Amino acid sequence: MSTVIDQQTEVALQANELRVATTLGTEILHGVSFTLKRGRMLALVGESGSGKTTAGLACLGYFRTGLQHVGGSVELTDGTDLLELSDTGRRGLRGGSISYVPQDPALSLNPAMRIGTQIMEVLRVHGYGASEVDRRDRLAEVLTDVGLPNDAAYQRRWPHELSGGQQQRVGIAMAFAFRPAVMVMDEPTTGLDVTTQALVLQTIHQLVTKHAVAGLYITHDLAVVSEVADEVAVMLAGRIVEQGPSDQVLHDPQHAYTRKLLAAVPDLAGRHRIGEVAAVTGAMPIVGAEPTKSARRAVPEVAARTSLLSVADLRLSYGTTAVLNGLDFDLARGESLMLLGESGSGKTTAARCIAGLNDNYTGSVSLAGQTLQPGTRQRSAEERHRIQYVFQSPLSSLNPRRTIGESVEVPLHMSGTFSRKQRRALVLEALDQVQLAASFIDRRPGQLSGGERQRAAIARALVNAPSVLVCDEVTSALDVSVQASIIDLLRTLQVETGMAMVFVTHNIALARHISQRLAVLHAGRIVDMGPTDEVLENPQHSYTRELLTHVPTL
Amino acid sequence: MTQIDTHTETSPAVVETPPGLLRRIIRQRQAKIGLVLTGIVVVVAVFGPMLLPWFTGYTSTEFVGRPFQADGLFGTDNLGRDILSRFLDGGLTLLVFAALATGLGMLLGTGAGMLAAYQGGWLDSVIMRGNDVLLALPQLVFALLAITVLGPQGWVVVLVIGITHAPRIARVTRSAASAVITEDFIRASEMYAVPRWKILVRDVLPNITGPLMVELGLRMTYSIAAIASLSFLGLGMQPPTADWGLMINENRIALTLQPWGVILPVLAIAILTVGSNLITDAVARASATVEESK
Repeated sequence: MSTVIDQQTEVALQANELRVATTLGTEILHGVSFTLKRGRMLALVGESGSGKTTAGLACLGYFRTGLQHVGGSVELTDGTDLLELSDTGRRGLRGGSISYVPQDPALSLNPAMRIGTQIMEVLRVHGYGASEVDRRDRLAEVLTDVGLPNDAAYQRRWPHELSGGQQQRVGIAMAFAFRPAVMVMDEPTTGLDVTTQALVLQTIHQLVTKHAVAGLYITHDLAVVSEVADEVAVMLAGRIVEQGPSDQVLHDPQHAYTRKLLAAVPDLAGRHRIGEVAAVTGAMPIVGAEPTKSARRAVPEVAARTSLLSVADLRLSYGTTAVLNGLDFDLARGESLMLLGESGSGKTTAARCIAGLNDNYTGSVSLAGQTLQPGTRQRSAEERHRIQYVFQSPLSSLNPRRTIGESVEVPLHMSGTFSRKQRRALVLEALDQVQLAASFIDRRPGQLSGGERQRAAIARALVNAPSVLVCDEVTSALDVSVQASIIDLLRTLQVETGMAMVFVTHNIALARHISQRLAVLHAGRIVDMGPTDEVLENPQHSYTRELLTHVPTL
Repeated sequence: MTQIDTHTETSPAVVETPPGLLRRIIRQRQAKIGLVLTGIVVVVAVFGPMLLPWFTGYTSTEFVGRPFQADGLFGTDNLGRDILSRFLDGGLTLLVFAALATGLGMLLGTGAGMLAAYQGGWLDSVIMRGNDVLLALPQLVFALLAITVLGPQGWVVVLVIGITHAPRIARVTRSAASAVITEDFIRASEMYAVPRWKILVRDVLPNITGPLMVELGLRMTYSIAAIASLSFLGLGMQPPTADWGLMINENRIALTLQPWGVILPVLAIAILTVGSNLITDAVARASATVEESK
């Protein structure tokens, strides 16, 4: 191995006053500087639209279509400015001495190419070693480095024969194959489950320290940062607002934005209430007081439990594949239940069965003692009103060609008992409940941010005053500060309206912030259920314990 | 460690509306050219019949002089009919029939396509396999067959061309609609038990207008060509009606003696086709950028 102690602090790449603008002239990066050192990992943290990916790609001398370099330099160890090089020169470096790991491994691997061949391709293009035998040896070595089997049979697998975590490790192996000096990783664990994420993070960390690679880790997740990074640079609206050793930035933040961002991160312990402040984005500057750490509990208690919604022996299978293996739970009035599970656990399917969006199930869903018909069209209007469902992606759940008012009005229209004037009044009231101004009523989804769209979607669910609100991963497509404000909104609404809530998520850190009870779903079964505190402190099932150990924390 | 305060310069939240489809189409140069070309032919076809006497001095498109006479702007044809008069009079029916046929095809095609995409299952199979059967028959052969059986009347031409367009439009509609149907807002409408036809009209249709506009332009061009061809073959308009397709057929026998009888209608049809194709291309490009910016 080429680990040399002297290299530990050697500068591998230096970005100076980097400026990038759109071809129309709007500046995206306003002079960003950072240094990547060998064997160290710098995390570039920011919310969507902060320019972190643009800055990361600039390290490869790459600018996406519509963007251009307008100032600053990216210097390598030997003093050459990457951005002065010709296209051919830059291409020679990419994948060789500077490599890139993209976000979604499923999209970045060629589905029609065996994984061994894909990694070999990198080595061949850059002319690794003297012969094909050298390259074969390197292929086997790099697979071991990223913690994958290296036998010939494994190398002959297709990308679709690997799990998401393995695919991402193949992506990392491709980036690492040529022994790069710099690796740029763009949210490589965002799409992965926590358990898988923990393993991939470990792999990345080992590669960087053991092989003295200079790493740039682009992410929005501050908890992940604390796991992998030595240094942190916080980006806001195209500028680095704070930079320093990760311990210092995460525990003693100097800039107001960093403090807001940290306050918005949900913690497993539930020590502070997230989202007491409005969402912070580049467009919405920080105004007013900072959050005070309040001592009150994050989630209100429920006085006495009277069952409202109960699910008994819920089963569903597609062909021979069982998705739900008999779920039993009940939900009390005014109570919030978190349905926690990783991808493929059946959590969304369960939520859709409750809402009647999926009518293939057996077993029963009953509301206040009345057993409900499986599909929404078979249920009565009254039953439909009482259970409302909020979708995961606010980009997809609102019709882009209709105004927010028209979309929110649909449930009222269908009940058919209101005049046009009454409907408008109710829509305005619902928008007010989700803290959207009345002017939003005539806007279209394209003119709204992700958080605003999700608020509009919640308004549509609230407009009929439901007694059960089913929220399916409603915050997973959102930035952390927006997530905090949505969580805060839901909590407030729950208290104000007294409705019960089923909160479906994969993020266990939210548990103490939103739910009184927690049900852990694994392979279509509830493996652990009880009051949130009890489950978290005294998990009964090995799966829950495993989940808890892998949660990244600040 | 750097610490810069970025919050001194605050931009107010500007609500931007991206330019609509229509404005994005008009902005393209080829759309302007296309509109001008199509416009010229349409103006001639629509206002031509009214201007007859004023332009030519004749009030009739029938026999007015001797065959191959050189009077008037373009002379007379083999039967002594003024060519300019017949040209001015002969475009409107073609355009009206083409528009009606395209409209009918769009109506049938989008309906069938959306239904197939939304319902899926056996209905989808029945509609799409029926489509395949219709697609297997060449458009003109099908038209010839129907006209031979039902006789060469205007409504038969419109009906036949419309029906032969439908499967092609249905295919495009189905593929565009099936992408929209996976979106959550369709699930949401279903959740609120919105009637299915309303989901199709309000949620699906507005989101597939881009590809449908392209298809509309394309089918319009084909309709014009198909109706002109049928007239040329003697199965569309019947003599002595003045009609561009028919004119080409009637005058081709005397092409060297009296070329204008063929050149004028051919020129008009060519300009119309090129113009509407340019517009269609512009629509396609504009709707593609709509998809990207979504």
